[in-house]
Amino acid sequence: MKDWFRKGEHWIWFSASTVSISMVLVFGLLGMIAYKGLIHFWPHEVYHVEVLHADGQKEIVVGELHDSKTKEVEDPTAENGHREMAQYLFKVGNRDVYGIDFRWINADEIVGGINELEQDVLVIERYEYGNVYGHIQSVSVDGQTISDKKQALKILQQQVEKGSRLHSEIRHIEKISIGEINYKIEGLRLEEKKLRANNAFDAQEEARLQAERSALQEEFDVQHASVQLLYKQADSLGQVTVEIAGGKQLVVPVKKIVHFWQPNNMTFAQEVGFFFNAVGNFLVDDPREANTEGGVFPAIVGTVTMVMLMAVFVTPMGVIAAIYMSEYAKEGTVLKMVRISINNLAGVPSIVFGIFGLGFFVYIMGSSIDELFYSYALPSPTFGSPGLLWASLTMALLTLPVVIVSTQEGLSRIPRALREGGLALGATKSETIMRIILPMTMPAIMTGLILAIARAAGEVAPLMLVGVVKLAPELPLDTIAPFVHLDRKFMHLGFHIYDVGFQSPNVEASQPLVYATSLLLVLVILSLNFGAITIRNKLREKYKSLDN
Amino acid sequence: MNSQTQQMLDKALKGPEFEKRVRRRNAKDTASKVGISVGGVGVILSVLLIMFFLLYVVLPLFAPATVNKSVEYAIPGSDSETTLYYGMDEYQETALRFTQSGRLFGFDVVQGKLISEDVLPLQGQTITSFSVISEMDNLLAFGLSSGGVLVAKYEYSVSYPNNVRTITPKVLFPFGEEAVELGTAEIEKLAVRKMDSDLVFAYAEKGSHEIKIKQFSTIESMLSDTISLEEGYSGSFVSEQASDWLLLDGSMRNLYVIDKTGQTSYYDIRDIESPQKVEQVQMLQGDETLSTVRFLLGDYSLMLGTSKGRVIQWFPVRGENNEFSLHEIRSFNVGDAPIHTIAIEKARKGFATTDASGAFNLFHSTAERHLNQTQVSDSSTGFVVISNRANGALVETGDGQLVHYLIDNQHPDVSVSSLWGKVWYEGYTEPDYVWQSSSASSDFEPKFSMMPLTFGTIKAALYSMLFAVPIAVLAAIFTAFFMDKKTRQWVKPSVELIEALPTVILGFLAGLWLAPYMEANLPGFFALLLVVPIGILAFGFAWSRLPEHIRLLVPVGKRAVLMIPVVFFLGWFALQLSAPIEDALFNGDMRHWLTFSAGIDFDQRNAMVIGFAMGFALIPTIFSVTEDAIYNVPSYLVNGSLALGASGWQTLVGVVLPTASPGIFSAIMLGFGRGVGETMIVLMASGNTPLMEVNLFEGLRTLSANLAVEMPEAAVDSSHYRVLFLSGLVLFIFTFIFNTLAEVVRQRMRRKYGSL
Repeated sequence: MKDWFRKGEHWIWFSASTVSISMVLVFGLLGMIAYKGLIHFWPHEVYHVEVLHADGQKEIVVGELHDSKTKEVEDPTAENGHREMAQYLFKVGNRDVYGIDFRWINADEIVGGINELEQDVLVIERYEYGNVYGHIQSVSVDGQTISDKKQALKILQQQVEKGSRLHSEIRHIEKISIGEINYKIEGLRLEEKKLRANNAFDAQEEARLQAERSALQEEFDVQHASVQLLYKQADSLGQVTVEIAGGKQLVVPVKKIVHFWQPNNMTFAQEVGFFFNAVGNFLVDDPREANTEGGVFPAIVGTVTMVMLMAVFVTPMGVIAAIYMSEYAKEGTVLKMVRISINNLAGVPSIVFGIFGLGFFVYIMGSSIDELFYSYALPSPTFGSPGLLWASLTMALLTLPVVIVSTQEGLSRIPRALREGGLALGATKSETIMRIILPMTMPAIMTGLILAIARAAGEVAPLMLVGVVKLAPELPLDTIAPFVHLDRKFMHLGFHIYDVGFQSPNVEASQPLVYATSLLLVLVILSLNFGAITIRNKLREKYKSLDN
Repeated sequence: MNSQTQQMLDKALKGPEFEKRVRRRNAKDTASKVGISVGGVGVILSVLLIMFFLLYVVLPLFAPATVNKSVEYAIPGSDSETTLYYGMDEYQETALRFTQSGRLFGFDVVQGKLISEDVLPLQGQTITSFSVISEMDNLLAFGLSSGGVLVAKYEYSVSYPNNVRTITPKVLFPFGEEAVELGTAEIEKLAVRKMDSDLVFAYAEKGSHEIKIKQFSTIESMLSDTISLEEGYSGSFVSEQASDWLLLDGSMRNLYVIDKTGQTSYYDIRDIESPQKVEQVQMLQGDETLSTVRFLLGDYSLMLGTSKGRVIQWFPVRGENNEFSLHEIRSFNVGDAPIHTIAIEKARKGFATTDASGAFNLFHSTAERHLNQTQVSDSSTGFVVISNRANGALVETGDGQLVHYLIDNQHPDVSVSSLWGKVWYEGYTEPDYVWQSSSASSDFEPKFSMMPLTFGTIKAALYSMLFAVPIAVLAAIFTAFFMDKKTRQWVKPSVELIEALPTVILGFLAGLWLAPYMEANLPGFFALLLVVPIGILAFGFAWSRLPEHIRLLVPVGKRAVLMIPVVFFLGWFALQLSAPIEDALFNGDMRHWLTFSAGIDFDQRNAMVIGFAMGFALIPTIFSVTEDAIYNVPSYLVNGSLALGASGWQTLVGVVLPTASPGIFSAIMLGFGRGVGETMIVLMASGNTPLMEVNLFEGLRTLSANLAVEMPEAAVDSSHYRVLFLSGLVLFIFTFIFNTLAEVVRQRMRRKYGSL
């Protein structure tokens, strides 16, 4: 044994174990995010639990089991005055009736355990007030009431499908058509302000603007009328009566229903279908109920737009700086110091870039731009407040070192012989760089760019200062010219996680969604990183063969 | 080569077309060279711009105030009379002078022209004493020879005749033009305060040592705008000392009787009917005497001007048994000449002094800054008033002149000592490091001490290093030195995967999952520290006792894989021990035990959570660089050592680690730098309380999280905004130094390997 210690065997075991610990932590974490994120989409079984309260009152609780914990409770009969007791978190829904959708129930008060499924329970997801859990009683359409449950479900299915079609039509008109008209009317208002500021607002202009305005107004009236019609149709879709736990009847208008399902009656195939459907809805829906329900579509669009715009800024900047440093600049102390500074910049906390972005881009450059070009819109700022342009510029600065370093690495890997060959054949230096070296460096530039994108997609702290909001009224990217709206604020997946997880009034309701969003973000970033690694490895092999 | 080809070649390589092409190509080459150079230098400069921009925002904090003379003229009205008060409007256009004889002179500040003249309704009485009820509201009280007190309020009205802003100063009498009758004897000393509907008078009648206190309630009439007073409590006491100054503080609780020698009696008059003497102190030593006394903004601190040119600040401090006593807080040396007047700013804790040498000095009390000294006159300076926005002042001189100054004094409230030193704020029991940038109350003084934030930053970084360094360095050692190539190929990227994980996710898990879990299973986490190493040791030893054919199944290089289930089991086991340990040692609830038996405060989001969560995030940084350093140690060194009979571990300790130690050092530096700057994890999992406690179970606030929390709300160019930029600069410099150090060490090492 002494010998075993003397040879340092125990240290080897320790060091081996630290590797294992790291592995367990990494994959445990990823596994947990994946599990908790995916379970959100799987149809939860709905339990039927009998609860006996301390005051002797009996209650039936119907809901999904979401979590459990143990809690210390005072118990004079126990040895040290208190004991552990299990508590279960049930999602009982019906927020408009119960007031809360999640409740903790003490294990002591549960009669007969949690093993009975509520038979034939119907879960209805609504646009407002969350889910309804209950038994279908009847469906009434056009004054007719259908009480036969099978028949009622069938009709409900048809009506809900009609409803969701109407809903998406209404949404399309309101968001896209009317949104465009509003955008144009706002443009006219600003144009008038601008003309007034330039003292060029004469009768002719006024007449022109008035004409345009009334044309838009007409168009608006038409769209508005069609929306009103659709709303009327939605109103006439009927309603469903549901008996919820506690025997109360709850009437849900069909137009308020997103979709409904019977989790306890599903086959496995149906469950899988439900799962993929839920994932799809998560990706393409707008958030509802203060971001705690619905999808993350605007956050995805915001993240992608910001990151792409950042790539547009960072690529030329990084590549030019790298080419300058490795091909043109004179080697020396200055260049060495610049290299170190750029390397260090990668280690500067991202929040410092955030305050730089806020102080320099937003407050100084933004207000100057406003004063020069958008003075007619003042005091409401155009670029003088945080927005997409400043966020992507800040992120470009933040990721600049990544691109520079990666490009430089690529440039230094290109054999000298290739450069000399180019020059020997009479090509000028710029031709050698453009035609020979840059194409060969392309994979390295791509690697740097992908790493930069991965970093920008996951970074939140600086964005909180330069343009991210919890709920943006409009997407930064739409079908109205100029398509990318640089002055708009946007939503972001990472900030969504922070906001919903920490600023939300209903933490329990929002947690599953946060896990799902986290999973999405992790998947995006990991796949970007894997892409970069693959490109890098391919690149290395390619030049290994060149070197020989 | 046939002649046709020759011809074509000649044509391509000679002649005007060829020359033209060459010129074009050369021009293109030069253009791209210039373009790339300009672009490259531009990008590099813009990167450096960040640092200079931070400096540019921060520097005005430390700039001294500038005081520029605007205009000088003879004191408006009669200069033979003593000035009691100047009321000045917001725009520094007009002012109103109140004199000892009750005359009012309205004048144009810029030109010195009289624009109105009036008299207070004294009804034949003379003004025998004067007190400012509220500097902010310009509410004044005049004690009269008949025993009455007249309350007046300076105001101004703004009108725009012909689109020109015209300001008219005026005087209102909120309680009517009749004096409030307190008695019949002449009022010699007077102190008046108003709070909500309470109006309290403290006064001394001529020839009497008795100090009387009377409280009135204001009653607003339902029908008209007039306000009437109703007498309430009253009390009195006999002062045992001379009373040259009588001062009542803003809370209407503390009454001070002060004489010229600095002798001060401090009374508690919370119960007006029976005033209690709290203490008697001597504020000055030697032959120094008091020349002026007043309150600082907030009417809490006493500012004493002395005959030797000092200004001393005193205020009551709460003791251990809730009793108050007066303490000298700080003093300012103005010069040698006796102080004549102290004037205060109306929004900050700044003040200005005039003295017998004719100087005008600008100070800030809590920041302990002397911001400016201006020589106003050769003789002496007298009454002084600072404008509402602290951007101007009116100074009287001894030879009857009134001088208007324009002051640029943006950030007097920040100084090196207030940022990094302990500051004794009003209401605090001792000097302390405090970060409190905003509050709900309006007369709140922002407290910008960088110490709690810097402390929190280092605390967070150190606790996470405590977790990260052992794991990352040992794992790197094993991966680089012992692990076989195949396993290493997937272990290394897997660890580096952590670096790619968005920290917002780690922060979310730490704050919403780990923190409550840790709170519930606290002993389990401590058991982890014991159970896991012991378990590993036991397993390793047991493994070495196994028969050889089993042992050979897993070579050394694959031990990490073998240990995964072992470690997993040990971790699970340790956490399962939580409840039994809690029952056995901590009476069933460790949290409860910590708070009540051990007296250690416990927050759910604490430094331990940060240690685990951020430590996890630091692992890849440290791991990656350490691994590279060890992996790059030349193999012949290793082979030589092994050939001489050293065991694997002995080779590692004796040969590899010394060679790689600079690399490991730079890895730790890099890790620390990253820990210092990490924002989202600490923002979400630390509770963000700016404390200065090393306690593992208490929260903290770091510089970076503070920036994320407060930056969006800070008003542009305010002191708060600039102080936040300063903390950004501190972070920047901090990480820059650490990273440069790491980089330099790494480059040195590379050179050393090159020679090996």
